[in-house]
Amino acid sequence: MSQQPPTDFWAKDLVEGRDLRELTTLNLGPTHPATHGIFQNVLTLDGEIILDAQQTIGYIHRAFEKLAERRPFYQITTLTDRMNYCSAPINNMGWHMTVEKLLNIELPKRVQYMRVIVMELARIADHIICNTIIGQDVGATTPFLYVYQWREKIYEVYEEICGARLTTNMGRIGGWERNWSDAAWAKIKAIVKDLPAGLKEFDNMLLRNRIFMDRTIGCGPISGERALAYGFTGPNLRAAGVDYDVRVADPYSSYDEFDFIIPVGTNGDTYDRFTVRQEEMRQSLSIIRQAMEKLDKMSDKTTFRGEVPEWVLPPKEEVYSAMEPLIWHFKIVMGETDVPVGEVYHCVEGGNGELGFYLVSDGGRAPFRLHLRRPCYIYYQAFPEMIKGSMLSDAIITMSSMNVIAGELDA
Amino acid sequence: MPGFLIKAERDQRVKERISAAFAEKVTAIEQERDLLCIHVKKEALHDLLRTLKEELGFHFLTTCCGMHFPDEAQDFGLVYHLHDMRAGHRIRVKCRTTANDLEFKTATDLWPTANWMEREAWDFFGIRFKGHPNLKRILNMEDFPAFPLRKDYPLEDPTRQDKDDRFFGR
Repeated sequence: MSQQPPTDFWAKDLVEGRDLRELTTLNLGPTHPATHGIFQNVLTLDGEIILDAQQTIGYIHRAFEKLAERRPFYQITTLTDRMNYCSAPINNMGWHMTVEKLLNIELPKRVQYMRVIVMELARIADHIICNTIIGQDVGATTPFLYVYQWREKIYEVYEEICGARLTTNMGRIGGWERNWSDAAWAKIKAIVKDLPAGLKEFDNMLLRNRIFMDRTIGCGPISGERALAYGFTGPNLRAAGVDYDVRVADPYSSYDEFDFIIPVGTNGDTYDRFTVRQEEMRQSLSIIRQAMEKLDKMSDKTTFRGEVPEWVLPPKEEVYSAMEPLIWHFKIVMGETDVPVGEVYHCVEGGNGELGFYLVSDGGRAPFRLHLRRPCYIYYQAFPEMIKGSMLSDAIITMSSMNVIAGELDA
Repeated sequence: MPGFLIKAERDQRVKERISAAFAEKVTAIEQERDLLCIHVKKEALHDLLRTLKEELGFHFLTTCCGMHFPDEAQDFGLVYHLHDMRAGHRIRVKCRTTANDLEFKTATDLWPTANWMEREAWDFFGIRFKGHPNLKRILNMEDFPAFPLRKDYPLEDPTRQDKDDRFFGR
């Protein structure tokens, strides 16, 4: 099925200058159960071979960049949640770090390691969603049902940390809103202990499954060169054989202290994207384990934010009983804290690529301009090129393996 | 450019190469925090991007976005972030223009990925790109009557008295 037809297969079938093909126009989307989000693709088909695709996006555009121009910095976190909602904590942390870069705040190591742990948990959750859905789209429902319990357990950790599950609004500029509870640590420990077995089970179901391999190898391929030209980042770029990872290229939040491997693929096809994500989940687990060890070695078990009272809300009981916390509370809520004039670009390795924030501050309470580099907005434009000449059913799994998230695409 | 050079040296080499090749067409090269930023005149923008890509190794286009500065003489702008992944080197390119001269040369011939970035700049700022293969609105609907990221486009009901720039420190 995934075998590509010969290159002249879909060329014009001319007899006496007349094209004898019967072309069909097919609307894939806007709402289609196989696109996992609202995208429209108008496909031109010759039989079941795709000749052309016209994409329409923007169905859930919410003008985040405009909204951000009228919001204090700490209120923009909630906008970032809603971009790649499969790994919202990475977006939150990315935004906090962008503002901290603007303000020149350096956070204590403990806070940075906690951020690393939650970002890697989010990456695992993101990859679980994407990879199980590839399985779902080729007809293997079992992994989706088996492995999703781990995503659920990760969401329980989010709940312990911040109270929310999907759109987390987690952490604050300058640290965390509170120290993590014992229950949160216990749940993380349980995940680190038990998830390897879960991933093994996932591998057993799909990785060397003949049907799955036949279906995905050679499906929706892209070369490393084309992928770079199209601005691919993240697992999709690594599947095409380019070992670019923001965590290594531009380390943030102490990622340079961790030892991990960047998995790369060779063909840039659906199978490679799947396997790269599988391995990344194991690497993320290893990073979490290392971070836990580093935290265990620290005598400090209570620091959960930097020394930046002008950005982190003080505990409520102190606000009611002491003068200084009251002043800081008032100043934060009213946005009275001075922000330097300047521009920063900060990027983090999101669930599906380089998530960048270009923040221009004119000293006001809200950004003068905030541009969001959403990885899937940038690489989704390669989709027509990747599916041209393939079967309709291959287009579906190519899209699911690209991890295109509607919320991030449309911002 | 060899990857082992430290960042300051790489910046210096870019600076020398660009100021030699473009002379007065590059209005300023300055350090903005951690990134080197090149301010270029509009007519030389495309040549500069080509030089940066083909000679200086900035092979990856990270972002391209529009800007609007209503209070300045040159009130529109474009900002590019380029990246040389082999050397781990990023650079920023800025270009400014006025409202009655809003057509840039497209960068889609250098990077196919510029396609949607430029469509976004058209959609939100009304910046046109000459030679773009398909310059249509992308996130807003086709017949949207305005360019919404321009500063004069009101975010909220403009008759409201309780939310204006005073409350946002401006």
